[in-house]
Amino acid sequence: MRYFEDIKVGDRIALGSHTFTADGIKAFAAKYDPQAFHMDEAAAAKSHFGALCASGWHTVAAWMRLRVLYQQREDAERAARGEIVAKLGPSPGFRELKWLKPVYAGDTITYASEVAEKRESKSRPGWGLVFARNTGTNQKGELVLSFLGSGFVERRPG
Amino acid sequence: MPKFYFEDFSPGWKAAFGPRRITREEMIEFASQFDPQPMHLDEEAAAKTMLGGLGASGWHTCAFVMRMIADGFLLDAASMGAPGIDEVKWMRPVRPGDSLTVRGSVLSTRRSQSKPDRGFVTLHWEVFNQRGEMVMTLTCPQMLLRRNAGATA
Repeated sequence: MRYFEDIKVGDRIALGSHTFTADGIKAFAAKYDPQAFHMDEAAAAKSHFGALCASGWHTVAAWMRLRVLYQQREDAERAARGEIVAKLGPSPGFRELKWLKPVYAGDTITYASEVAEKRESKSRPGWGLVFARNTGTNQKGELVLSFLGSGFVERRPG
Repeated sequence: MPKFYFEDFSPGWKAAFGPRRITREEMIEFASQFDPQPMHLDEEAAAKTMLGGLGASGWHTCAFVMRMIADGFLLDAASMGAPGIDEVKWMRPVRPGDSLTVRGSVLSTRRSQSKPDRGFVTLHWEVFNQRGEMVMTLTCPQMLLRRNAGATA
């Protein structure tokens, strides 16, 4: 992670893609969101979705995984260059999450993240808060999800 | 057949679900799959982070609460899913073994302008641990079929 001071509004990163399989959709739904349209092809076909589709929570959990893996790669490259790796803290929350289109079995979603806003933390000295607009786009180029996430990022010491 | 339709919700509707215990094993299983950061995976590494010890991925808490809401009433409702989430606040860490209670209320309702068979109910959920501390809030519009939608649509 870069220090808070080095992050600029408009910075954009490509996070990679995830393909949602029917088995993966059903496994997530069975644990966390067992509504019929996430669990069963026949029931989903009769619903307004028209076919089996992923729980919205699954589609953002898949974003989180790719965001973490991106950071691990970036941190490893930074460390290999002998640079200091700043800390990324937890998130205090998110807002404006929109599930714009269903994510169906077989869909491949490509995720990206763009810094929208940043400010110093009032409550936690040494930390800043960075807000990023995160998006997922399917293989047809349709935006399927968008949300404004946030996270604590370490400030440059001194 | 669903028990609850759009018309059954109005400001003043309240519900409480739980407590339900979240285990270390399921926290680590979720984090390994979706949020593999040390603060969600490893006690020793987590102690050195802002969380001050192992804490559930916030997305896991959301998913865990989703299941409590599903079991609590949504699976008995004419749910058409949610178009999104207005806001989630992660206020305190959720620790291994915490027992979570969820309290919900209806903020507002509106009929769909474009599709007469459905409406939106905006629900506000507060999630507490066994010490009564609020750990998360979640505000989301829930899409529901109207009763006799087929007859009126």
